[in-house]
Amino acid sequence: MTPLQIPVEKWAGKVTEVKLGGNGRKDITIGGENTLPFLHFEGTFPHQPALAIEIQDMEPDWPADLLLSWGDAVKDPGQWARKAAEYGADIVALRLRSAHPEVENSGAEKAKRTVASVLEAVDLPLIVLGPEVAEKDNEVLLAVSEIGRGQRLALGNCTDKNYRAIAASCLANEHVAIAKAPTDVNLSKQLNMLLHEAGLPMSSVLTDPTTGALGYGLEYTYSVVERLRLSCLSGDEMTSTPIICTVGEESWKQKESRSSQDIPESWGAQERRAIIWESITSAILATAGADIVVLRHPRSVELIKEMNGKWLSMT
Amino acid sequence: MTGIEIYKYLPKTNCKKCGFPTCLAFAMKVAQKQAEISLCPELSPESRQFLEEASRPPIKLVSIGRDKKIETGNETVLFRHEKTFYHQPGLVIRIKDTESPGDAARRIREVSSYSVQRVGLDLTLDGFALDNESGNPASFLRLVETAVNNTDMPLVLMSPDTATMKLALDKTAQNRPLIYSATRDNWQDMAQLALDYHCPLAVSERESPGNLAELTERVIQMGVEDIITDPGADSFGNSVDLLTQLRRLAINKRCRPLGYPSITFPGDHASGPEDEALLAAQQIAKYAGIIVLDHFYPGIVYPLLTLRLNIYTDPQKPVKVAAGIYPINDPGNSDPLLVTTDFSLTYFSVAGEIQSCGFPSWLLICDTGGLSVLTAWAAGKFNAREIAKTAKQFGVNDYVNHNALVIPGYVAVIKGALEEEMAGWKILVGPREAMDIGNYLKRTWRENVL
Ligand code: SF4
Repeated sequence: MTPLQIPVEKWAGKVTEVKLGGNGRKDITIGGENTLPFLHFEGTFPHQPALAIEIQDMEPDWPADLLLSWGDAVKDPGQWARKAAEYGADIVALRLRSAHPEVENSGAEKAKRTVASVLEAVDLPLIVLGPEVAEKDNEVLLAVSEIGRGQRLALGNCTDKNYRAIAASCLANEHVAIAKAPTDVNLSKQLNMLLHEAGLPMSSVLTDPTTGALGYGLEYTYSVVERLRLSCLSGDEMTSTPIICTVGEESWKQKESRSSQDIPESWGAQERRAIIWESITSAILATAGADIVVLRHPRSVELIKEMNGKWLSMT
Repeated sequence: MTGIEIYKYLPKTNCKKCGFPTCLAFAMKVAQKQAEISLCPELSPESRQFLEEASRPPIKLVSIGRDKKIETGNETVLFRHEKTFYHQPGLVIRIKDTESPGDAARRIREVSSYSVQRVGLDLTLDGFALDNESGNPASFLRLVETAVNNTDMPLVLMSPDTATMKLALDKTAQNRPLIYSATRDNWQDMAQLALDYHCPLAVSERESPGNLAELTERVIQMGVEDIITDPGADSFGNSVDLLTQLRRLAINKRCRPLGYPSITFPGDHASGPEDEALLAAQQIAKYAGIIVLDHFYPGIVYPLLTLRLNIYTDPQKPVKVAAGIYPINDPGNSDPLLVTTDFSLTYFSVAGEIQSCGFPSWLLICDTGGLSVLTAWAAGKFNAREIAKTAKQFGVNDYVNHNALVIPGYVAVIKGALEEEMAGWKILVGPREAMDIGNYLKRTWRENVL
């Protein structure tokens, strides 16, 4: 028998490297890999997949188990960020939930204050997420953009509705835009092209493909992430931006993560189920190509860290 | 192979014995997999062998068990979006013969009766791997007997000792257990057992895919047909690497000795049940055929079964839920009524939001052939007329007394037309994104409806 040849693909492209942080703040570089996730035999992974821990600018309406794991820290974003750092976050992801028109409709001033206090509290790179209402996102993100100048904050969400303003402000203040499109390879690519035309280099863009949690559309996100990565590796720069998935948010929304009462016995113990729900969503999207996962539960962070450590050290 | 390529190997006499008018017509049907090459009696033995080889699926479908079965293999792609993944990997629980017989029996019964409902389906585990951990034949046979008496699920028999394996097969062979496994030390005896007892055989060779292929080839030469490979995928460090190599070799390179499903052991180096579950999850996506779990906790198994369902959903088929009215959180007749489309992602996003905000509501689902809100609206399948028709068809008046219907924010433009179609109804424009439904219901709905 002729000796077996292990088939190795010669990919033409690689994931664009994006740096977050810096300018006096700890920095981290995402991306750079030139093969599909986990394929040691085919390429290199210059940077670890990154773990971001989500914090909010007000007390969150989270399930009790999840709240318990953060204690009083949830009352103060700075304190919360410090605790996230202790739990091993590579990045802190601050959600400005209070800015939502149906929550507090808070504005630019509060956003600036909160971001300043978080920047003060930790030296980790920071992601700042608006309330996901395009006009409101613009209002708070543009304000925030000015105070963290040069520290390469990742600002989201940048959509086809508000990309111009966000792109301009990322350019002016040296930040990174999180480009979010609804679970579709072409829409993500188009948004990158728009940002590119607006002058933002791909090294200042992260792609959020819109995350579906386990049991709630995960397979769509999984395949979109896989297709984006294959397209990138085949040499398309407009799909080469690192991928960020807001796993914690989607996963903890679902009944499987929230309910401890009136549920079938076959669902098993609530806390274990909820953590596994979040961790599996995260592990699977990392397997498809996610470069940053945003998580909520410290135990999920621990599990995903362990997984990353094992695959990078090949143990 | 294309029809023309197949045609080259046919006798070209148009004798019609295959039941088709011409050799070419037959070749076309074979290429479309609507006829078997064996229907042509005039083929030369060389052509027959060549064509049969070429038409064989790149990964063989292997079945384990008798009444309840694990069917695994027959996959044709590396990425699910290229077509679909066909046969879900079997998830089996390992029971060791070092456990007390009482514990083993209890666990086997517990796992066998475990079932969980999701999107109208009953999800279950698939069987047991019985492990001769003790090395003692008597303990193993006791465990095998316990299993036979307590479950009708498929079994994997794990013992390196061929004499012990033979005794276990005497008790279980009629149920076609998987023999685990042939190794470089015992492959002849194990392969002989597989032939004598007509059971599928696992082949373990963890040094390299090349060595694995060599050992599998030997077992094939002995006449064993149903094979499961064990490349040693047991950690985050090697699992995707090994299983990707095997799948590429089987599908892209048509490497016959590796064209079989693989068995994996995610628990072997795990730090605990959660760590094991994450590796098992990864192996569900890439590319295990049978996954042996060391732990059974419903809180872990339910997410794994859900994942398996997600990954093995056919991405080409629009996934739909049935049209109708769905009660969420136990609604009464003064609670909100919302409408959206039958695209399953849309349905699950909306239903999930309503569920998680805890607000009792009714959700009316329109049949759009599985399109999202905007796509369905653009296609004329989610307009005022269609929504009014659906509302009437399912008798919304019987469910709510407030005559108010919430439409997705994305189709705010149809509000006027829908108010005309549904006389006496108030049409409310809800949020665009499912994510905002919770806030909308809790804060805005009540005042809007009054
Ligand atoms: S039986 Fe064979 S030779 Fe005869 S028509 Fe069919 S394909 Fe041709």
